[in-house]
Amino acid sequence: MYGFEALTFNIHGGYLEAIVRGHRAGLLTTADYNNLCQCENLEDIKMHLSATKYGSYLQNEPSPLHTTTIVEKCTLKLVDDYKHMLCQATEPMSTFLEYIRYGHMIDNVVLIVTGTLHERDVQELIEKCHPLGMFDSIATLAVAQNMRELYRLVLVDTPLAPYFSECLTSEDLDDMNIEIMRNTLYKAYLEDFYKFCQKLGGATAEIMSDLLAFEADRRAVNITINSIGTELTREDRKKLYSNFGLLYPYGHEELAICEDIDQVRGVMEKYPPYQAIFSKMSYGESQMLDKAFYEEEVRRLCLAFEQQFHYAVFFAYMRLREQEIRNLMWISECVAQNQKSRIHDSVVYMF
Amino acid sequence: MAESGGGGGCCPPMDLMRSETMQLVQLIVPMESAHLTVSYLGDLGLVQFKDLNSEKSPFQRTYAAQIKRCGEMARKIRFFRDQMSKAGIPAKEMQGKENDIDLDDVEVKLGELEAELVEINANNDKLQRSYNELMEYKLVLQKAGEFFSSAHRSAADQQRETESQQAGEDLLESPLLQEEKSIDSTKQVKLGFLTGLVPREKSMVFERILFRATRGNIFIRQTVIEEPVIDPNSGEKAEKNVFVVFYSGERAKSKILKICEAFGANRYPFSEDLGRQAQMITEVSGRLSELKTTIDAGLGQRNILLQTIGDKFELWNLKVRKEKAIYHTLNMLSLDVTKKCLVAEGWSPVFASREIEDALQRAAVDSNSQVGSIFQVLRTKESPPTYFRTNKFTSAIQEIVDAYGVAKYQEANPGVFTIVTFPFLFAVMFGDWGHGICILLATMYLILKEKKLASQKLGDIMEMAFGGRYVILMMSLFSIYTGLIYNEFFSIPFPLFAPSAYDCRDVSCSEATTIGLIKVRDTYPFGLDPVWHGSRSELPFLNSLKMKMSILLGVSQMNLGIIMSYFNARFFKSSVNIWFQFIPQMIFLNSLFGYLSVLIIIKWCTGSQADLYHVMIYMFLSPMDELGENQLFPHQKTLQLVLLFLALVSVPCMLLPKPFILKKQHEARHQGQAYAPLDETDESLHVETNGGGSHGHEEFEFSEIFVHQLIHTIEFVLGAVSNTASYLRLWALSLAHSELSSVFYEKVLLLAWGYNNPLILIVGVLVFIFATVGVLLVMETLSAFLHALRLHWVEFQNKFYEGDGYKFAPFTFIFTANEDE
Repeated sequence: MYGFEALTFNIHGGYLEAIVRGHRAGLLTTADYNNLCQCENLEDIKMHLSATKYGSYLQNEPSPLHTTTIVEKCTLKLVDDYKHMLCQATEPMSTFLEYIRYGHMIDNVVLIVTGTLHERDVQELIEKCHPLGMFDSIATLAVAQNMRELYRLVLVDTPLAPYFSECLTSEDLDDMNIEIMRNTLYKAYLEDFYKFCQKLGGATAEIMSDLLAFEADRRAVNITINSIGTELTREDRKKLYSNFGLLYPYGHEELAICEDIDQVRGVMEKYPPYQAIFSKMSYGESQMLDKAFYEEEVRRLCLAFEQQFHYAVFFAYMRLREQEIRNLMWISECVAQNQKSRIHDSVVYMF
Repeated sequence: MAESGGGGGCCPPMDLMRSETMQLVQLIVPMESAHLTVSYLGDLGLVQFKDLNSEKSPFQRTYAAQIKRCGEMARKIRFFRDQMSKAGIPAKEMQGKENDIDLDDVEVKLGELEAELVEINANNDKLQRSYNELMEYKLVLQKAGEFFSSAHRSAADQQRETESQQAGEDLLESPLLQEEKSIDSTKQVKLGFLTGLVPREKSMVFERILFRATRGNIFIRQTVIEEPVIDPNSGEKAEKNVFVVFYSGERAKSKILKICEAFGANRYPFSEDLGRQAQMITEVSGRLSELKTTIDAGLGQRNILLQTIGDKFELWNLKVRKEKAIYHTLNMLSLDVTKKCLVAEGWSPVFASREIEDALQRAAVDSNSQVGSIFQVLRTKESPPTYFRTNKFTSAIQEIVDAYGVAKYQEANPGVFTIVTFPFLFAVMFGDWGHGICILLATMYLILKEKKLASQKLGDIMEMAFGGRYVILMMSLFSIYTGLIYNEFFSIPFPLFAPSAYDCRDVSCSEATTIGLIKVRDTYPFGLDPVWHGSRSELPFLNSLKMKMSILLGVSQMNLGIIMSYFNARFFKSSVNIWFQFIPQMIFLNSLFGYLSVLIIIKWCTGSQADLYHVMIYMFLSPMDELGENQLFPHQKTLQLVLLFLALVSVPCMLLPKPFILKKQHEARHQGQAYAPLDETDESLHVETNGGGSHGHEEFEFSEIFVHQLIHTIEFVLGAVSNTASYLRLWALSLAHSELSSVFYEKVLLLAWGYNNPLILIVGVLVFIFATVGVLLVMETLSAFLHALRLHWVEFQNKFYEGDGYKFAPFTFIFTANEDE
């Protein structure tokens, strides 16, 4: 029913779309960031945030503030907003919203497994987890010794279970194969999400495929860069790339054989949308790549709001909020550590 | 509402008609007395400060640090409030003045109390925690003990059974396992076990994970604890299960321990030995009672502390809020270059000048300032805010008008007339003196209890009814009045003022038919003759009466609206609006619908049979035709021709001249400007254009003005017809009301009466009461209210009301005191 969403979308999705668009108006603007960047200490940041949607979440915090408190409270607000939307959602939107969480779930699983490997306290690890990616029995992950056990014990109950089919090995867990597990899971997740969006059809499929393709490509580039100089073989590397996106399939062939960052650059510059990102960087530099990708992502996410009657706005909004929290964290850290000159290094402005 | 109270001095006549004259004032206040000055002005509540630092972010302003301090104190106060409400200790009424206490003292005091309270809480929490742990332990001991003893019993039973079976010689069903067990009991692996509590909602998952992790090599028993247990970690009540897990092997144990940890299951040691169990239970009970007394003592101490906080709580709360408001206001003032004084700008009513100066002086004296503050009036071309001095009676009506739009500065205020016309139009639709009395009683309750109700927090709907209590009072009085005119009392007719003027011609005419009545007495002196009620011609008669009355009321209200536009035009000295708006509108409306009203009155007076529809319609369709039997007075046709001609002529008068005159005026002004000296300041320019109307020196777009005038004209011409028709809602709603009440009376009350059965009668009366209250007193009131609202907002106010002003929002502590977060 492409193009006819307008007829029926509002029956179930109208209220939530209105909510999410209302929330969007609450995102911090460039003016807010400019003000925040001028803050002298964390109290100033709190005072400035008290005029925003975060106000009520921060107002009861006693005075010596920490960056973690600010980030924690802002995340709490995000989670509350998310849960509110999830409560109101009906199928298939609720599944769509659930999909947004899976990425965090994967991250949390990896965090806990890595943490237990290095013998950290489970409680402490759980506190570090992103609240969006929490599920029952997440703490039980610490019991598992290898991938198979991990799956059999805990993850079989979670929505992540199907993604595990590719990485079931009985090897003991170590840093390397946890990282591979993360990427395999992510690959499976993105592909599943992509498929789900295609099934939804209409504007959702169109916009989401663009956003997810970007995500997949970014991951491909990051995997390539991070795996340069490790023992990962080309074939293994290629297996971690998601099977869609602008780079699929020819770009993947080329990325798989890259041996240094400039070769990656050579590959990416063949693709017009990514040309701009790479042309901003000087040769041999990879530090700024993350920020460049984030900026491009934010730009695309903002564009999702230009169209009506689709679910991608929810995805875009959640992503933007996460970026906003990252920004706040960076600003607070810079302010707390008196590194105000570096504030602008990592803040991504939206709107 | 900011009420200036009786202190405002003598009120100029009709001060509700035009908003107060305002002035832009500048205050130059020395730094040292600034705080006190703002505080006194806040008490006065007659100055609206302008934000002179709008380009600065909140923390760059002068008093940001103080605001942060106040925020911190407010946080502590919220913390206290929280603690007090948890402990169930109410805050005492305010004693003393908050001006006597010093903010710094309060800050220190609050800090000390908070630290103390936090410490007590921490201690209590620690005690409470161990208490809860012991409590859980006790439960585990009890429940697991039960389990073990029952297991022992059943084991013993089975043992006996097996023995008896063995005695009875090899039965085929004899369980192999038990046989083995009974044989190999010596070399059996020692099973370990763990006991503890797990939250009930997690218990299923817990069991499942345990099963999976140990590959089924465990045995778990769970028992439900009936009452919720207080969890030691979170301190909240939770439903829990006691579990006992049996396992074998150390690896399984470590796994189980990890899983327990992950599920937040608290483990407690447990001994198999029955004697030790009993000993543990007594020990635990003893410690529990010890802890209980300690905790109680701690709580007592805490309550005393909270009580002392409660005594001063309101005082501090008010003080902190006031201070915060003062600093927020101070932040709006701009700092003088010398940094010795603050400059404030703001709007204030002209009448308040003396009081403001007085407050400034007092502040200067009280703060021992060397220099006084300077008060001066600035000239500006900004439009001032609109400020009506209302009292508790007029404020609700003014709210009704403001809900549509706040009046332009000094524009004629429809609120003055709305005070009477609103309840009257309501009553026309709600004419029943019985219902009116019910509403009157309800609203009298609100008014008599005013003092008490105003201080407490009411529900949403109650708040609304309370806010509009005087409007409702007026509405009920008017509906009693119209009810008497309509002779309606729950749809029962009462010959109140005299017996009916009509009587039966002979005995045969029964009450139901009421035909063949003859006039025996004088006309019924007031309102409707009760004899109409229930007669066959009741509806046609009432409809005709009410319909015509609606038109008369409508035409007079619309005329009033147009006349108001004349007062506006005169006030703003715009002769264009008088000649080319007011007069043609007046002529147009009255030559059509004014004429209709006159016809209605003539018809009433003469008792003529003329068909007014016919007259009105053919006045347009074929004005030259003879009127025939519909003629009401001589020369009617000539008059109609003249009126029609006037109406037609007035339309172009409304449309054409005004834009051209405005254009000419603009050009003339522009020409003058071109030759004006170049160094002319803005201020003098403003003085020149101030009287000329609202067209300062903005761009003059002729086409825009013309289109605007065109729309305005079309709207008025069409509106004259549609608005008059719109007033017919008065008739429609009044009809609906009387029909509904007669249905409830006849079809419920009288029907139930007719059965002669007390039970049915009671049911009938109940239904009647609920229907009357629910449908007539609540729903009908709302609908009549809404229709009256519409008639005022649309039909009346669109004739003259611009409503594009903004409200005067003075800096005052009244708001600060009442506001709740």
